[in-house]
Amino acid sequence: MTYVQSLRCRECERTYDIAPIYTCEWCFGPLEVAYDYEAIAANISRESIAAGPETIWRYAPLLPVDPPGQSMLPVGWTPLLRADRLASELGLGELWIKDDTRNPTNAFKDRVVAVALAKALEFGMKTLACASTGNLANAVAAHAARAGLHSIVFIPSDLEAGKIVTTSVYGGTVVAIDGNYDDVNRLCVELASERPWAFVNVNVRPFYAEGSKTLAFETAEQLGWETPDHVVVPIASGSLLTKIRKGFDELHKVGLLDEAPSVRVSGAQATGCSPVATAFAEGSDTINPVRPNTIAKSLAIGNPADGYYALDAVRETGGGLAAVTDDEIVEGMQLLARTEGIFGETAAGVTIASLKRLAEEGVVRPDERVVAYVTGHGLKTIEAVAPHTGVTATIQPTLDAFVEAFPGFDDE
Amino acid sequence: MVSIRIPTQLRTLTGGASEVSVEGTTVGEALTALDTAHPGFAERLYDESGALRRFVNVFLAEDDIRFLSGVDSPVTDGQTISIVPAVAGG
Repeated sequence: MTYVQSLRCRECERTYDIAPIYTCEWCFGPLEVAYDYEAIAANISRESIAAGPETIWRYAPLLPVDPPGQSMLPVGWTPLLRADRLASELGLGELWIKDDTRNPTNAFKDRVVAVALAKALEFGMKTLACASTGNLANAVAAHAARAGLHSIVFIPSDLEAGKIVTTSVYGGTVVAIDGNYDDVNRLCVELASERPWAFVNVNVRPFYAEGSKTLAFETAEQLGWETPDHVVVPIASGSLLTKIRKGFDELHKVGLLDEAPSVRVSGAQATGCSPVATAFAEGSDTINPVRPNTIAKSLAIGNPADGYYALDAVRETGGGLAAVTDDEIVEGMQLLARTEGIFGETAAGVTIASLKRLAEEGVVRPDERVVAYVTGHGLKTIEAVAPHTGVTATIQPTLDAFVEAFPGFDDE
Repeated sequence: MVSIRIPTQLRTLTGGASEVSVEGTTVGEALTALDTAHPGFAERLYDESGALRRFVNVFLAEDDIRFLSGVDSPVTDGQTISIVPAVAGG
């Protein structure tokens, strides 16, 4: 059973019955799921969670929908890896990488889609749809296939080739739009009001977005029910960052943390699409939309839906916001791979490069326990690093040829 | 005349119509004419300070009016203005 009370407008607090709706009819503010936290507290414990499945559903009481009855792709419970070699390069102390490349479709989007799918099934909807910068399209197509639903995903036509392959292989409908993500999103908003489909990030968004909280839940549990001092999270729509912060707060609210968390939340954007970082740098309360131009296509949202809440979260927790160039993004991907053996996509490059920048600026400090979120796999955006990689040498299959090519390679 | 596309959330104000034609030489004038024809739009679209609410996006043809001149963006006969909820995607 769930502990959901209603949907509530985050702006004006009007409440609505549970339905596939996502904006307040009065002020257009986002609808959020409201829970009975007292009831959750009475029905959840560290032990009950430990006895649950090694998926996001171990935290079911804190999610807006019951686990689906049928067998779905297993999502979540991804590794939290201590990253001492990267920490040492960046002059940091206790650093951890939450490796969310280790999900069924190799990105954190499996979390939100798993929740959206469960809710769509409950609503009796037959088609799963989305506007996507790539990772979400992968997840929607895969999870719909597993559940036996139709899928129709809308993507910008200039997406990485890998992300198109890893979506279309699942057999759903893939619609490329001649435009950027914001154009795709606008079309999907208009379509969502004309079609009976579960657009996971439009009409099912209040439920979908809650799936991101599980990244905070897992982080705390994996740290022995403690929270980090500082997290670094990539920003596209701003929803992930906002929900990670909410997740830590909820754990305390339902009695799973001994102390109220005090987690500084920092955000990471690419210079070519940094509307939130720009507002932060200018001390502005207005987020102006931009036309994205960055290799970090999964973060290329010029008009971020939760930008205001992400900005608030960063400011309220004393975090920082970095915007990094395409060159820094590639260096970030290589740095993470070289020091920790983790191949993250361009968004991970944004996160690691931002972590580096924030460490240099003294915003992320060596006395803090830091968690950086790596949200997608590098094989999805191989174009970004391909020009910077390759074989070290090509030689004949003889010992002499090797010695000639590598005269210094005779020690351990 | 310009057409204004009405999102589902506001169609109670137009008796269910998804598109309304009004007169106006700027986006702001057209939205005012919309409120005159179907009272109630202004308080839904604008906040207390008179600015467009932050979760309302307005497009003139294909462009977000924030890339143009906001509500002062000039409109010409036959163009379409769309009111679109901002909280989607990502």
